Amino acid sequence: MAGGIADAGAGTGAGIYRGRAGWLILPSWLVIGFFLLLPVIMMLVYSFLTKEFRGGVIWEFSLAAYDRFFFDRGLFGDEAPVIEWTYITIFWRSLWQAGLATLLCLVIGFPTAWFIATRVPRHRTVWLLLITVPYWVNLLIRTVSMKFLIRDSGPLNEFLLWLGVIAEPVHLINTNLAVQLGLFYSYLPFMVLPVYASAERYNFALSEAAADLYAGRWTTLRLIILPVVRPGIIAGSILVFVPSLGAFLAPDLLGGAKTFMIGSLIEEQFKGNAGNWPFGAAVSMILLTIVMMLLLLYARTQTRREAR
Amino acid sequence: MLQRVLSETVAVGIENVTKNYGSFTALSGVSLEIRDNEFFTLLGPSGCGKTTLLRSIAGFEEISGGAIRLYGADIAGLPPHRRPVNTVFQQYALFPHMTVAQNVEFGLRRLKQPDAQARARCAEVLELVQLSDFAGRTPAQLSGGQQQRVALARALAPRPKLLLLDEPLSALDLKLRQAVRVELKQIQKETGITFIFVTHDQEEALTMSDRIAVMSAGEVQQVGSPREIYETPRNRFVADFIGETNLLDVTVTAVTGGRANCILPGGRAIDCPAAAVLDPGPGHLSVRPERMRLTTPTDPESDTLLSGAVVNHVYLGTDMQVMVRLDDGEVMTLRLQNSDTTTIPELGAPVGIALEAGAARLLAD
Repeated sequence: MAGGIADAGAGTGAGIYRGRAGWLILPSWLVIGFFLLLPVIMMLVYSFLTKEFRGGVIWEFSLAAYDRFFFDRGLFGDEAPVIEWTYITIFWRSLWQAGLATLLCLVIGFPTAWFIATRVPRHRTVWLLLITVPYWVNLLIRTVSMKFLIRDSGPLNEFLLWLGVIAEPVHLINTNLAVQLGLFYSYLPFMVLPVYASAERYNFALSEAAADLYAGRWTTLRLIILPVVRPGIIAGSILVFVPSLGAFLAPDLLGGAKTFMIGSLIEEQFKGNAGNWPFGAAVSMILLTIVMMLLLLYARTQTRREAR
Repeated sequence: MLQRVLSETVAVGIENVTKNYGSFTALSGVSLEIRDNEFFTLLGPSGCGKTTLLRSIAGFEEISGGAIRLYGADIAGLPPHRRPVNTVFQQYALFPHMTVAQNVEFGLRRLKQPDAQARARCAEVLELVQLSDFAGRTPAQLSGGQQQRVALARALAPRPKLLLLDEPLSALDLKLRQAVRVELKQIQKETGITFIFVTHDQEEALTMSDRIAVMSAGEVQQVGSPREIYETPRNRFVADFIGETNLLDVTVTAVTGGRANCILPGGRAIDCPAAAVLDPGPGHLSVRPERMRLTTPTDPESDTLLSGAVVNHVYLGTDMQVMVRLDDGEVMTLRLQNSDTTTIPELGAPVGIALEAGAARLLAD
């Protein structure tokens, strides 16, 4: 059969040109192995060592770091252990702050990406460039600027006062809201770009078909557009959620003691002399475990969805 | 010839519809009446406005002027999801994340049909397009022909008053296309739904349609049954677009009672049907290639009307195509049926051409 022969031919061709490209991944493996895997293994080892007084570690096995995270044994460590809520609370706050940042990025980022994807191709490049312009400036500087912008006597409050929307300055600095603003603003492009990549490939005939079959605009968005663009939304959400969870610039600069997040907690353990390296390493490992578990959970629902 | 008796009820009334894109006119004052239960085809080359007209009926394009009536009610102001009209899209536009059944039920669910009813209707239309065993598959798991049938089933499921088909066969290969033509026509008869079918393929139009509107440059050139369109084209565009034809420049001497007297190149006179009443002067004659015969020009008994020399012949299996350059330089194409008695004229041989009765027709412009 002609079709069979053609198919066999195509298969052989793919074999010749595709088969032996495995070594292309080698440089990436070397870099990832040396600069990523090795440090993670170092942290894993450190988390089970004893702390040195002025930072650093003593090579002696200890579970003290993990014990400190989960249990409170009193000031001198001789009382009966009770659950330590301090760090769990910080983790919980980080999770919902990161989750909220992801949601906000989606709510603002999706329409933005959709807008860009529906422009004529010539203009899309310009819009994408504009999206990235603020990110040519260092994140630290942008976060400090945000701090000036939203402080009690900052331009935002002045403007709102001048408008008469508020009677006295809104106190934003050191609140969860300020941290949220910082996170959301830092990671917005990580949502816009992958969603745009998905939206750009969207076939608008699908929207026409939905309208033709009696679906209004919102129904079309919910039942057709969002499911079809979903891979981009998922990619964007991971790219926003994961770094938000470990962020330390925004909570450090815009927040205070009550808005502490995991990133700041870890940073504190390694910076200066007050640090506790094994504890910082243990917190990192716990964070890594949570992120991995969330991603695995997602991967499992994904395969189940495809198996259907 | 057996012809279906068409209903007199007007299903779709297109009244003086215009559509402009900036300075470009896609439709300039199109008026059409499409009857109930009719298989109506919009035929024309790309850019003639046929797809724009179809999309205007569906509601995807806002018309610049005129009215579109569906069983009397003007629907031109309604958004697409409020028009009781469904479309089969050129590239099918099946929802990739849904199964065949979910695709087919989509319209029914939006119309808030109860679960059991939607499922029953879905099974019914899948049966109609012979895809009952594929309900659980996704579009990516289907062949092109199967996807095309899902698109048809999805559009038929809500029992629309009118089904629009935008070149639905163009993505299929030739063999499949021919089979689907027959099926599509059958389904139209069974369901009794009015079909408006857009195509640039004249063979498709001729084999399936009850009536055809030939369009060009945003205007309707002629409306009629396939036979009327093919045998009595109104103007040069229709004659040239439908099938093959030879256009001859002639001099009209008189037009009376639907017949014309013309002087052919070479000086002989012919009496033939006329598409319109024309003043004496230059005119255009359409002559179908298969309605001509070769003659011996020297034979005084022959009914030779044109004379020239053979410049080319092409063997086409059942037919033989012969090109003859007339004495005034124009080239005529003839199609002779192959049989034992067909003699192949030699290149350069002087030949005469005779026209069968009704072969020639004076065109309106």
